[in-house]
Amino acid sequence: MGKFQIKVQPKKYDAIIVGSGAGGGMATYVLANAGLKVCLIEAGPMFDPAKDSNQLKNPWESPRRGASTKFRPFGDFDGCYWGWEIDGEPYTQAEGTHWEWWRARMLGGRTNHWGRISLRFGPKDFKHKSIDGLGDDWPIGYEDVKPYYDKIDQLLGVFGTNEGLVDAPDGIFLPPPKPRLHELFIKKAATNIGIPVIPSRLSILTKSINKDRGECFYCAQCGRSCKIYADFSSSSALIIPALRTGNVDLITDSMVREVLTDREGLATGVSYVHKPDMQEYQVTGRTVILGASACESARLLLNSKSQRHPNGLANSSDVVGKYLHDSTGADMGGIIPELFDRKRYNEDGVGGMHVYTPWWLDNKKLDFPRGYHIEYGGGFGMPLYGFNWGIENLNGTYKIKGKQKEAGGYGASLKEDYRYFFGAHVGMAGRGEAIARKDSYCEIDPTVVDKYGIPVLRFHTTYTDYEINQAKHMKETFSEILHSMGAVITWGGDDTKANNYGLHAPGNIIHEAGTVRMGDDPKQAPLNKWGQAHECKNLFNVDGGMFVSQGDKNITWTILALSMRTSEYIVDQLKKNQI
Amino acid sequence: MDRRKSLKALALGTVSTGLLLDACKLADKKEAGADKVVAKDSNADNPTGINRMKEELAQYKEETSYTFFTPEEMATIAVLSDIIIPKDDVSGSATDAKVPDFIEFIVKDMPEHQVPMRGGLRWLDLQCYDRYKNAFTDCTKDQQIEIVDQIAYPKKAKPEMKQGVSFFSLIRNLTATGFYTTEIGGKDVGYMGNTPNQWNGVPADVLKQYNIAYTEKELKECRSFS
Repeated sequence: MGKFQIKVQPKKYDAIIVGSGAGGGMATYVLANAGLKVCLIEAGPMFDPAKDSNQLKNPWESPRRGASTKFRPFGDFDGCYWGWEIDGEPYTQAEGTHWEWWRARMLGGRTNHWGRISLRFGPKDFKHKSIDGLGDDWPIGYEDVKPYYDKIDQLLGVFGTNEGLVDAPDGIFLPPPKPRLHELFIKKAATNIGIPVIPSRLSILTKSINKDRGECFYCAQCGRSCKIYADFSSSSALIIPALRTGNVDLITDSMVREVLTDREGLATGVSYVHKPDMQEYQVTGRTVILGASACESARLLLNSKSQRHPNGLANSSDVVGKYLHDSTGADMGGIIPELFDRKRYNEDGVGGMHVYTPWWLDNKKLDFPRGYHIEYGGGFGMPLYGFNWGIENLNGTYKIKGKQKEAGGYGASLKEDYRYFFGAHVGMAGRGEAIARKDSYCEIDPTVVDKYGIPVLRFHTTYTDYEINQAKHMKETFSEILHSMGAVITWGGDDTKANNYGLHAPGNIIHEAGTVRMGDDPKQAPLNKWGQAHECKNLFNVDGGMFVSQGDKNITWTILALSMRTSEYIVDQLKKNQI
Repeated sequence: MDRRKSLKALALGTVSTGLLLDACKLADKKEAGADKVVAKDSNADNPTGINRMKEELAQYKEETSYTFFTPEEMATIAVLSDIIIPKDDVSGSATDAKVPDFIEFIVKDMPEHQVPMRGGLRWLDLQCYDRYKNAFTDCTKDQQIEIVDQIAYPKKAKPEMKQGVSFFSLIRNLTATGFYTTEIGGKDVGYMGNTPNQWNGVPADVLKQYNIAYTEKELKECRSFS
């Protein structure tokens, strides 16, 4: 290596935004449209779904037929670069604990492939400590966030129906798609045993909302990202429009190392390494906004030590990295004999479920404090790697066209079996609320750095009986629904206490939150109610880090609403010269 | 954005043009020249035809730079895969769909399949040699079926054939997944998706067959197309 030097970019920005997912994308959009000069730094490459999506590729266009790789854990056509591991960027675990960390490296981050499940938090979700004494209340309530939910519903588009449910608040919805056949079966079966099933709420455009984005054409491939921008990705719906304002300089393939501060302890900018040339850079701005993901933002703060901030930036409370939590998850699947030998038709629909179950019970009567919702799958999916795997466990169990066969086999008879079972499978997944705890956290590993020399995170996350009992309840519910619809459980049915009833490891559901939480007391929370650091007024967080808790809802819609709220606050404060 | 423009935008951004251009033409019959739209992919310089990171391209290059199976092993895989998926009234055979090539690739991509496949193939040859004094591919068709019958049915196979059962289950699964993920196999099983359309709900005759109906609420609230 030649002489080591750091290149300082001469331009001073109004805002340096780190990360281009939901939070960073929304901040970029709001600030750029307010006429502010923004520098957006993304650790991965440029990605425009219109050009780069693998949408409508056929299974055989992938040599591995869509199987997953470490580069694309959700399959070869998936719209997310990287996932559970990234070459040269390790993370570690404290002994006896487990965290699974998904990291995207691309413009738009995880929003290019996410499930588009867009659920508002309800009033209770902001004030749960007042209800059950666990965790903490947010410093804000539903009434503070509602106007922003309303705005993003209209700006970004979400389908659903107004059901008048307090904990699954109404919104400004596009019409949902009609349920598929297996979804009608699920709805009937679940309703019969007192479990509600309502249209799902996904940010997919079943009707056009503006001239830049198309209307859904029902290929079920939102996970690959959409070439006509008919679903919400931060890349397509926020950043690419923001770039057109001319107010955004986008720096890709660059890993932010540290937030820089001055003698007064205020943020002055960031330093970063540009991956392709491994050169070191600094860029300066009036504000620094972190949207790097809950864990990456915490890592960045903890690595930004200075004389004024010896414990890491905005961390005299010692709370940065603490309260890390994910949605809980447990799943089960089955087969519906009534659907054997189904008539064929195209039932792709939108990319995801057309119906779901919001939390419907009262936790006061249960042995776990927080709820969960249920997501459903099934039907005639595209054949991909793994399709028709394990026929030997299926074709000896049921009569096929009236004939009892021996399990396994080969030949023309086997081909008949594959046709017979296609489209009869169904699956369900519970996604629930875990309690955010101070003793479940991430911290800087004192001995390990990544290939850029940046100290890495060490995770120390655990679950308690609250989450385990909830998973047990999920499994019992799934089993009841499956039996009620005459289905036979084919997987996920034999979990026991020994494996926490199939409860996924924390992190696995990819809803990381809580590491840089907001609160009125600077001793208890790094951020105030605006997502602004108590100890550094020109530093903000706009990702899942700022969450106090995450409800039994997927967090993206709330990240977007809160990022918009914080961004409008930043615009206001900058215009008033308050920061 | 209207539907016609959407479909055109789609055709411009993808390699899978056939279907899309048809859809485009349907939506835009009057506009001349729609069929002359040239497909262009943003990373058309990569040989895979699908969007790849540079790390993925390096992996692809590495995995296709050498051959795993010997010609003899490939010949055995071809015979076995066609026993598992032969040509029938509905569709072609596993080798028609180039399933052996898929198996060659996938064992390099998923190294956990290498030992079970290689070892299983050798196990099969030794069983055949013991019985018929020939390797599997040199046995008669009847002999091949005779040995396959002893490993194709997990529940009734003899205990001493269980290793063969494991192997046959693996190659059956690889063959099936390789076959049904091709154009031939997808048509056989009747997958009809992966094409732009308007989802208007379960077809009326199917609803009737299962004695199920949309509620008035659903019909009123959901997206409908006439």
